[in-house]
Amino acid sequence: MTAEVEETIKRIQSQKGVQGIIIVNAEGIPIKSTLDNSSTVQYAGNVHQLLMKARGMVRDIDPQNDLTFLRVRSKKNEIMIAPGKEMYAFLFRIQKPKQM
Amino acid sequence: MGNEEMNQKTKHMLQAPNVNSHQKAAVAKGVKAIGKKKDEEEGLDTAEGEEWMQGKTLVKPPDQLDLTEAELNEEITRVLKASNPNAPQNVVRYSFKEGCYKPIVFVDQMAIHFELEGNLVHKESDEGRRLMAKQAEVDDGGGVERPDNVAIKAAKREQKLTNQFNFNERASQTLNNTPRDISCQTEPPPRANFSATANQWEIYDFYVEELQRREKSKEKHEGQFLNKEEDKSKKKMIQAETQNDDISQLAKVVKIIERMVNQNIFDDVAQDFMYFEDASDEFRGEKGTLLPLWTFQYDKAKSLSVTALCWNHKYNDLFAVGLGSHEFTQQGGGMLLFYTLKNPSYPEFIFNTASGVMCLDIHEHLSYLVAVGLYDGCVAVYNLKKKTDQPIYNSRASSGKHTSAVMQVKWQKDDLDSNHNFISVSADGRLVSWTLVKHELVFTEIIKLPVIDTIPDDLKDVIPTVGTSLDFHKQKDYSFLVGTEHGKIHKGSKYYSSKFLEKYDAHFMNVTRVKWNPFHPDVFISCGWDWMVKIWDQTMKSPVFTFELKTSVTDVAWAPYSSTVFAAVTTDGKVHVFDLNINKYEALCQQKVVSKKTKLFNIEFNPVHPIIIVGDDRGHVTSLKLSPNLRKKPKEKKGQDLPKGPEVEIAKMEQLLSSMR
Repeated sequence: MTAEVEETIKRIQSQKGVQGIIIVNAEGIPIKSTLDNSSTVQYAGNVHQLLMKARGMVRDIDPQNDLTFLRVRSKKNEIMIAPGKEMYAFLFRIQKPKQM
Repeated sequence: MGNEEMNQKTKHMLQAPNVNSHQKAAVAKGVKAIGKKKDEEEGLDTAEGEEWMQGKTLVKPPDQLDLTEAELNEEITRVLKASNPNAPQNVVRYSFKEGCYKPIVFVDQMAIHFELEGNLVHKESDEGRRLMAKQAEVDDGGGVERPDNVAIKAAKREQKLTNQFNFNERASQTLNNTPRDISCQTEPPPRANFSATANQWEIYDFYVEELQRREKSKEKHEGQFLNKEEDKSKKKMIQAETQNDDISQLAKVVKIIERMVNQNIFDDVAQDFMYFEDASDEFRGEKGTLLPLWTFQYDKAKSLSVTALCWNHKYNDLFAVGLGSHEFTQQGGGMLLFYTLKNPSYPEFIFNTASGVMCLDIHEHLSYLVAVGLYDGCVAVYNLKKKTDQPIYNSRASSGKHTSAVMQVKWQKDDLDSNHNFISVSADGRLVSWTLVKHELVFTEIIKLPVIDTIPDDLKDVIPTVGTSLDFHKQKDYSFLVGTEHGKIHKGSKYYSSKFLEKYDAHFMNVTRVKWNPFHPDVFISCGWDWMVKIWDQTMKSPVFTFELKTSVTDVAWAPYSSTVFAAVTTDGKVHVFDLNINKYEALCQQKVVSKKTKLFNIEFNPVHPIIIVGDDRGHVTSLKLSPNLRKKPKEKKGQDLPKGPEVEIAKMEQLLSSMR
């Protein structure tokens, strides 16, 4: 991984409210994470399925389209998932999402 | 036993004549036995019965005839005849010869007791022969000599007939080989489970890949005529690309996350940027406000001051910040940063420069080319597409470089050879055009700024006129304006290299900025350290409008959406926004946007969004949103405001008329 990417990840991590960031490869195996192992594995597995579903949905409707970003907001926290072609990253923050 | 007993039996039989008729048909030998059997059958106690059952009385059936002893002892002779008792004895037939009935003496005495139709046919008979012929036919499939066959078969059969009495059957058992099982088992073909979904998008993806592969193979095919080394390098490239793809994808992905995080953090700001319209403007009459949005700052640029700002025309959220120092004594390194509104916390691109950046310009069409002018007189061109930190062109080595700080650079249209070129003005008083030819910058001197009269003749060559600002006309791009340190503005043309067309006595001090009006072809604005902002009509020697702001004006900019709106920044940290259409004498907004003692140096309007960015001497860039009052467009016009400002011209004409009076 290049230094640039590393740096970006560090910056994100240092932002307030960000609890962790996980990088997952195409098979759903986490390759880099700032959280502990068990949580990482748990998150990675669950998110992977959701991402596949979401992506499939978007592309099914229009094959030229592709999923850019997926955001899951819950009462306590928020999970943001950005898929790439071979891998995807997602992070989740514990800051209470603002009521819109 | 004995005949006597026989006689007794016969007597008994007389009494039962029915029984006797059966007896006649029997064979002679078996009479006695039958007779005995009959006795037993009758169930009478006979003499035999008496033999083993002595002492018992005779039991007579109730319907038996009572005969006297004499009658019982009577001998009756019976004759057994082989004649059918049922056969008629007096058959009479009519004889036609004699004409009377005649008795037939010989009657058939054969009695048939049992008849069964059989299906055996004698082989000599016709039918038999016919059948055998048929059989032979079947067996041989059309044998010619059928009777012979039949005969042969018959003979064979005759041979095979076994003698009933002298028949010997001999059997032998052959040795049976032990049965062996030979089986063949093949190895099943290797199987693999394959499952996939065939969605619309998977099919689409596949086709796209297929297309790409075909294109690549075409390219490779064409490239095979070239050196093989190139192929190898291509292969290496492809391998490297796949690796890079992962990293680049990751970078992309992570970038998106960062931006989203930032959006979350600055959520209210983003919302304001998009949607907030200050409602209180309605109550404020003409005045407007500036709403502060994001602040862009970079840690390493803390000691530097913003010297140049430029928006990117293609990507409206990207802007470039040049950092350096205005002070002569505090010169150090410089930086070129690119920020995007989507990520306010960290710059997108960072370039370090050897000396402070004084000015920059982004090419209008090729938005990845950035020309930078440095304090040490160098000009450099950066290519944003390349990842390197170094500029792709640098005028350091070339001979025509400026000897003093480059104050302004501007991109020009591509020349006849479609090379990119830009023009720079510097403190050494020269206007130089730089052309990007392959790997180097070729300079062409355009004009030298005229030296003012106060300098004595012998020093004219030594002390140059510092050019501080440069702007090219939007429509007639050969025409340009140069502002100088002495407060003069010179109008020149690229076609005249010896002389300027026009000279305006604009300010008493340094002219910090000169800018043509984006709509009106004759109007330009200038500002200087003498606290003045002046609007000129190029045909007139004196300014049309003059505004005095309380401190040195460092920058001024026209608004892209209106020909009468402009904004100026001063060293006291205030932004002044004017709209000549609404108020000819006063600013609509005079707002302090930075903290105390921070000087503002640059201002730029975003080409699309209603925001402005201002740069200060702490290295920060603040973005502000213009309130609706400042963005008012004239209500009557629908689309006519854009090319020209006809009502502006009318207003100016009015002003001119009023000033002339």
